[in-house]
Amino acid sequence: MGLTLELEKAGIPAIAIHTHVFARLAKSVATANGMPTARQAFVPQPLVDKSPSDLRAYIEGTDPISKRPFMQEIIEGLTTPLNDNDLKGLSFDRPKTHLLEPDTEDNLRALFEQNHWTDYLPINLPTEERVEAMLKGTSIPRDRIVGRLSPTAFREDWEFDVEKVAVNAVMAGAKPEYFPVILAMASSGITARNSSTTSFAGIGVVNGPVRKEIGMNTGIGATGPYSHANVTIGRAWNLLSANLQGGSVPDDTYMGTLGNPLSYSFVFAENEEASPWDPMHVRYGFKPTDSTVTVFRGGRYMTSGFGPREHWEGKMLRCLTAADARQSPLLIMDPIVAKLYVDRGFKTSMDLIHWMADNAKLPASEYWNEMWVQTLIHPLAVAGVEPYASNLKAAPDELVKVHQPHEINIVVTGGQTQGAWRIYEGTRFKTSTVSVDAWR
Amino acid sequence: MSGKIAVYDPRGYAPKVAGKRLAQRLQNLEGKTVYLVDCLFDNSEVFMNEMKDWFATHLPSVKTPMIKPRESWVDDPEMRAKVVANGDAAILGVGL
Repeated sequence: MGLTLELEKAGIPAIAIHTHVFARLAKSVATANGMPTARQAFVPQPLVDKSPSDLRAYIEGTDPISKRPFMQEIIEGLTTPLNDNDLKGLSFDRPKTHLLEPDTEDNLRALFEQNHWTDYLPINLPTEERVEAMLKGTSIPRDRIVGRLSPTAFREDWEFDVEKVAVNAVMAGAKPEYFPVILAMASSGITARNSSTTSFAGIGVVNGPVRKEIGMNTGIGATGPYSHANVTIGRAWNLLSANLQGGSVPDDTYMGTLGNPLSYSFVFAENEEASPWDPMHVRYGFKPTDSTVTVFRGGRYMTSGFGPREHWEGKMLRCLTAADARQSPLLIMDPIVAKLYVDRGFKTSMDLIHWMADNAKLPASEYWNEMWVQTLIHPLAVAGVEPYASNLKAAPDELVKVHQPHEINIVVTGGQTQGAWRIYEGTRFKTSTVSVDAWR
Repeated sequence: MSGKIAVYDPRGYAPKVAGKRLAQRLQNLEGKTVYLVDCLFDNSEVFMNEMKDWFATHLPSVKTPMIKPRESWVDDPEMRAKVVANGDAAILGVGL
């Protein structure tokens, strides 16, 4: 949609084709870009796995939204003279509201639900008193801009200040002492509520002294709902992502077909004291005494294992190659597991990361057939970007590496009741690891 | 006002939207160059090939070069410049 609008601005009449389930979203994006009458035509969903003759039938058929012949929509979209609305576009500004109209608690709760401002679990209403208390958790002025978020790259960025983050932190039930961690997550520019059809969730990992200062759980049940801090920080990141980016509303600002249960809350802390390796934030250039939070986009797959046992390599590689090839692995392991890997010669977590990257391979034909590899990596390979270009030259049966070392992360946590490990999808971005200390 | 409480609005600040006009439309497509932009989503190339074939059959005077951005979901100014320099119109698909 963005490209269509850019071409229009450059004087080239354009029309964008979408599948019909995106009709509302396409209109909403065009409106937010000041071009609500941008020409669009629709074909039925899906396109994937349809034969050329199926697709030709779409082209020769009816637009499922306008109910007119599809090609007539296309041709008229490029040739019908413009009207007044086309010529002026649509300018508008939305109010910057702080306090809502006073109402009863019941009515306000209903309002928040009707407007999709909650996750449908009970919230703390963000009263002035509660927000003031939350703001005491940081020395940063309440009107300081924290960052910008959008549900996805082609949508507009919404801006927010410290006060707006505090409002959402109150709603999540967080305590003021957690607020610097929540502000750091909000400042990352990475949303926990991406609108992708593939249903991403957000995952957060806290490192450094702040973990203990605010009572985060790194022991038994470390990634589960067994700590007020872990749970409410994760919930706050999700609520603020939805509300501060302009919404996470199905069929508008959220299009994930399956949804994701991790989108309630998934933030945990590394058990640095029990780990035999450097904490994750140290691998990204921070000092052990720094407090950070690292945010990942992912959570669409999870595999698990126990050990390492005698033949651990096969199990680990099957887990790594069973998941979607383009999606980065975030390996979470109990300290028992990490220590056993040390016994097997992996003196640092990077040693294990390199082993994983070097050995997780698929036949080239299978690798290139994966949908997102085809959509997102194939164009890079064609453009000559390595290592993808070399993988593209591989014979169909030749084994190609599935992940690069920089895509893999390891976090050690848990209560040492079991030698358990899991691999979640977790993609780290350049802005993912954020100082918590900067927001104290 | 008894029983009523004041609470904060949890929403962020939306940017100001400035209206933008559409490009003038063509009188017709006869002899024109209409770029078919393959947005790289799964199967969109096959779809665009079928559209190219449709034009060849039904409106043969229309030139329909296919073009692709360098990556999905990322603006490609070089490709855009090519369309602006050499095209009269563009059809983009399939996907946002």
